[in-house]
Amino acid sequence: MTAGSAELLSELQLDALTELVNIGVSRAASSLREMVGSQVHLSVPNVSLESRAGAIAILAEREISNLVAVHQVFEGDITGRALLIFPETKSLELVRAITGGDLPLEDIIELEQEALAETGNILLNSCLATIANMLQRSLKMSLPEVLRGNAATFFSLAPPPEAGDVVMFLYINFAVRERDISGYIAMIMDLPSLTALTHLLDDFIRRATLNDSA
Amino acid sequence: MPYKLLIVDDSKLARMSAAKALNTLYPDWSRIEAANADEALSLAKQTAFDVALLDFNMPGRDGLELAAELLALHPSTPLAVVSANHQQEIVGRAREIGAVFLMKPLNEQALSAFLQDAVRRLEQAKA
Repeated sequence: MTAGSAELLSELQLDALTELVNIGVSRAASSLREMVGSQVHLSVPNVSLESRAGAIAILAEREISNLVAVHQVFEGDITGRALLIFPETKSLELVRAITGGDLPLEDIIELEQEALAETGNILLNSCLATIANMLQRSLKMSLPEVLRGNAATFFSLAPPPEAGDVVMFLYINFAVRERDISGYIAMIMDLPSLTALTHLLDDFIRRATLNDSA
Repeated sequence: MPYKLLIVDDSKLARMSAAKALNTLYPDWSRIEAANADEALSLAKQTAFDVALLDFNMPGRDGLELAAELLALHPSTPLAVVSANHQQEIVGRAREIGAVFLMKPLNEQALSAFLQDAVRRLEQAKA
């Protein structure tokens, strides 16, 4: 946990958030498994509050090649961006896995943009819908957008957060070993959304731990 | 008769939530808790338990590896591996090991069905 996390979220709030993310991403991995036909391995999620520069540094340290991201904006009591990120070199392999592997390369290249957007849409929606349901709130999701660039591109999308540079950064690594595919799911939120989130987390913790009669 | 439940999850909140459900279903049962596989194994060697709920996605060894190790120590213990990750490889591996797979978030109904079956197995083993 960073110093920022400790100031803004209590230990139990951060635990609850990590558990929500874990459940959301686990459901998303089950959806991805159906799409690629092979087991999807997940890392234990890491949730921290970082400055934008900190989030860029974390991702840049792990991935040095060019990256592809599927990006969606979510709006509701909490507003932010969700990103499915993987190295550009793996994106064709992901499309090949999803389309069944029999298509010629030119068809795969033609399908790439659409297949990436649809994969991102299914994974990010599965993850965010699970989290929203558990927080008993609804979130409106934008259409998916495919971006190419690096960590700095993805974490500096316009408009920048109005209320300072503190963003929630969560990442979890997913890997399809048989296919040499791996990537990350990240979520970015600004400070007002984070404040709203702490209240929703408190309600969630109360529901999860207090007996109904209490 | 009251039994002892081992709850293993790296999330404190998930352990608290499982404890709440246990308290509603079987208020006279006791429980012991661990935050990872190593802690659970050392606890299992010191303290007897009857039934276990194991989270799947934990730092270090996962819940399936832990289930196999616990069953090697105590072969007839009713165990459940709990996860939102219901990929067929994980559910299938749980069955192969001899554990039940329960979906996260854990609901009282699913936990109740697992614990009722566990009680039946424990009573049968004593008879």
